[in-house]
Amino acid sequence: MSLQPPVTKMSPPQDIDQYFTDIHPPLTDRQALLESARCLYCFDAPCIKACPSDINIPSFIQQIHTDNLQGAAQTIYSSNILGGSCARVCPTEILCEQACVRNKEAECAPVLIGLLQRHATDHAEFEGHPFSRAAATGKRVAVVGAGPAGLSCAHRLAMKGHQVEIFEASEKPGGLNEYGIARYKMTDDFAAREVEFILGIGGITLHTHKALGRDVSLAELQSGFDAVFLGFGLQGTRKLLLEHESAKGVEDAVDYIRVLRQASDLSQIPVPQSAVVIGAGNTAIDIACQLRRLGCEEVTLAYRRGEESMSATGHEQQIARDHQVRIRTWSRPEVLLLNDQGELQGLQLRRTRLEAGELVDTDQAFTLPCDALFKAVGQTLVLPEPDMQEQLQIEGGKLWVDAQYRTPLDKVFAGGDCTSVGQDLTVEAVQQGKLAAESIHQLLMPVQA
Amino acid sequence: MANLFTRFAGIESPNPFWLASAPPTDKAYNVERAFEAGWGGVVWKTLGEDPAAVNVSSRYSAIYDATGQVTGFNNIELITDRSLEINLREIEAVKKNWPDRALVVSLMVPCEEESWKTIVKLVEQTGADGLELNFGCPHGMPERGMGAAVGQVPEFVEMVTRWCKMYSRLPVIVKLTPNITDIRFSARAAHAGGADAVSLINTINSITGIDLDQMVARPIVDGKSTHGGYCGPAVKPIALNMVSEIARDPQTQGLPISGIGGISTWRDAAEFIALGAGSVQVCTAAMVHGFRIVTEMQDGLSRWMDSKGYQTLDDFRGLAVQNTTDWKYLNMNYKIVASIDQQSCIGCGRCYISCEDTSHQAISLTPKADGTNQFDIIESECVGCNLCQITCPVNDCISMVRKEADKPYMNWLNDPRNPYGEAR
Repeated sequence: MSLQPPVTKMSPPQDIDQYFTDIHPPLTDRQALLESARCLYCFDAPCIKACPSDINIPSFIQQIHTDNLQGAAQTIYSSNILGGSCARVCPTEILCEQACVRNKEAECAPVLIGLLQRHATDHAEFEGHPFSRAAATGKRVAVVGAGPAGLSCAHRLAMKGHQVEIFEASEKPGGLNEYGIARYKMTDDFAAREVEFILGIGGITLHTHKALGRDVSLAELQSGFDAVFLGFGLQGTRKLLLEHESAKGVEDAVDYIRVLRQASDLSQIPVPQSAVVIGAGNTAIDIACQLRRLGCEEVTLAYRRGEESMSATGHEQQIARDHQVRIRTWSRPEVLLLNDQGELQGLQLRRTRLEAGELVDTDQAFTLPCDALFKAVGQTLVLPEPDMQEQLQIEGGKLWVDAQYRTPLDKVFAGGDCTSVGQDLTVEAVQQGKLAAESIHQLLMPVQA
Repeated sequence: MANLFTRFAGIESPNPFWLASAPPTDKAYNVERAFEAGWGGVVWKTLGEDPAAVNVSSRYSAIYDATGQVTGFNNIELITDRSLEINLREIEAVKKNWPDRALVVSLMVPCEEESWKTIVKLVEQTGADGLELNFGCPHGMPERGMGAAVGQVPEFVEMVTRWCKMYSRLPVIVKLTPNITDIRFSARAAHAGGADAVSLINTINSITGIDLDQMVARPIVDGKSTHGGYCGPAVKPIALNMVSEIARDPQTQGLPISGIGGISTWRDAAEFIALGAGSVQVCTAAMVHGFRIVTEMQDGLSRWMDSKGYQTLDDFRGLAVQNTTDWKYLNMNYKIVASIDQQSCIGCGRCYISCEDTSHQAISLTPKADGTNQFDIIESECVGCNLCQITCPVNDCISMVRKEADKPYMNWLNDPRNPYGEAR
């Protein structure tokens, strides 16, 4: 993947790596002890209900508090084998931590569930893999995509005694954990180590550089395996649909983040002096903040609606403000302004407002000079094979699945961001992969009546 | 501000807060610092006959609450390991420097009349204000026939107390061990021997925990351990009960009591005084926080007394004794039930599961539309046990409400349900 250099290249600070350490530093042993003491061990706990992957949170926190980190980690992994990455990337402020009853108490602050989960998963030591495999079933399942959904599905299937082969289009497994998460949220090689941990259960063969539709066909998988799980995510990006969108200086945010995550030397990353980010989700926040950390002087995030409509959580928006990212709401990108060489030099935006519930343009416009513009206006489903349009049912631009994660195709299941279920959170992908594995298991090993 | 002046068994001090006989009162340096910090008195760490005791290395262990604060403390230290002569010289000097403070000297010598006669005379010459007889030390010394080995035999308590009273004009305080079945027997023995006061409790035989790697109790002395003496906040309820037993006992009525056992705050002190204590002794709180903790203790006690209109300690001393009674005199017609303030309920469900699993199934759970639960008391099932209130993490969310308040007082002796009804 090549990245067009921005018009102006800034020099990142010399000690650039220090700007990409953990945004939320891990707890020390002492902090974990004190924080775990705050958990009230609720009955029918609201945090469990709020966790998309059903982790028994009060139980693992009690285990942390009683010096049983291995037990705590096992509790987490038994519901969510990617508990380590979810501890880092989950928007806990709208999930478990929002539900924590401590919010309502006099102290008005939730137990730091995410950081406690990280403490347990970071420090638990296992001899070998924490889960053992059931007796071999002789059944073989193909998993397309080694992202959170595919890995979760593969692990659960392996636990059940099935033989799993994962087909991953990229060079490395991990999906968005490897290529798409802000570098300060998941540092060092954690994504790779987590994959290694998951595969440690055995019974899973990983094929990288094997793309569905290019290197292998769905028909082959259907005929060669007892079941297929599709977890290939969203490989397309939305366009602004403006003239000059391919001009030098106009980038997809996910491409830049991918380069940023893979860079072994951050000082070699091209950095614009001023940038505009278009979008309102966590990807927009992630790239805006990382640009600031790389040394970009002016970063403006523009969104055509108001703050309340942004899909980035309030916590994420605050992180952007803490990075001195300017957030311009009610501003719709209208014209990409180029210089004589055809390079981006600014963006004209149209002020918008709501009129009877409809977003409409006003007669006001303004211009933001910038060397680079990053599009973070959403990712889209790209079907690996044209035939899939007919074979699979599309709902809201994504794959339709039933409550058992079955697609309309026989023995073909799907989960994660490529489906229309959920809000495309990592933790949801993990849960969907896990539940799809349970459905596949039921299909392959029907309980004798 | 309320007056904290204390006169206990004829010994005067500017406030009721004394440091108990223990490591903090081992030598002049510590005691001087304690007096500078504001302590009303000290009981000097127990003196014995020469040669002085020898202590081991590694002496304390503790248990902690969920936040890491010390709740229970254990020690295997013996009495003073310094010579009698040095201690006596220091006691004399300190008392001269601090004439307004109480300086009581703790003593422990073999159970022989001559030994006691000798040491009480020596102490008297220092100008100290009183004697405290250490009949409580539960570790080490009993193996040599001293400490708890004396305190556990009422006849010995009475005998040694009598000797001390015979050979000294100083007030004699007898420090009682809690490692007995009924504290009143020891107190009665001290009273019979002529004691001016008793002090309690000394430490409780204890093992605070086991190192599960080395398979040895703490504290560890080269791979071995021994039981120690337990003190700190965890022992306060035991101490309060023993103080009340003595305060209520007609045979020891009026015998001054110096309260000891887990006193960490002004409130703890007020509780002991309410049960009749004339002074209070502190050790663990000082060992954990340093001597400065007496500042907050004095200030808190004075302000609380002001808020209640108590001008002197005598104004509230013993007021809780009359309300501490036998079970059989409790009102069988008194009924309370729990009431949940739905506004302050945070929905943790602790009250529900504790009542459902371990009590009377008197709380209902109703799922609400937003996924949380509502909890309501089923009054007909509630026995007023307080468990839900105890487990509730929110202040004043669960209150206990009086029911059937118009029924007359009726104790178990008069209760028709009593098969052995003394009244029938």
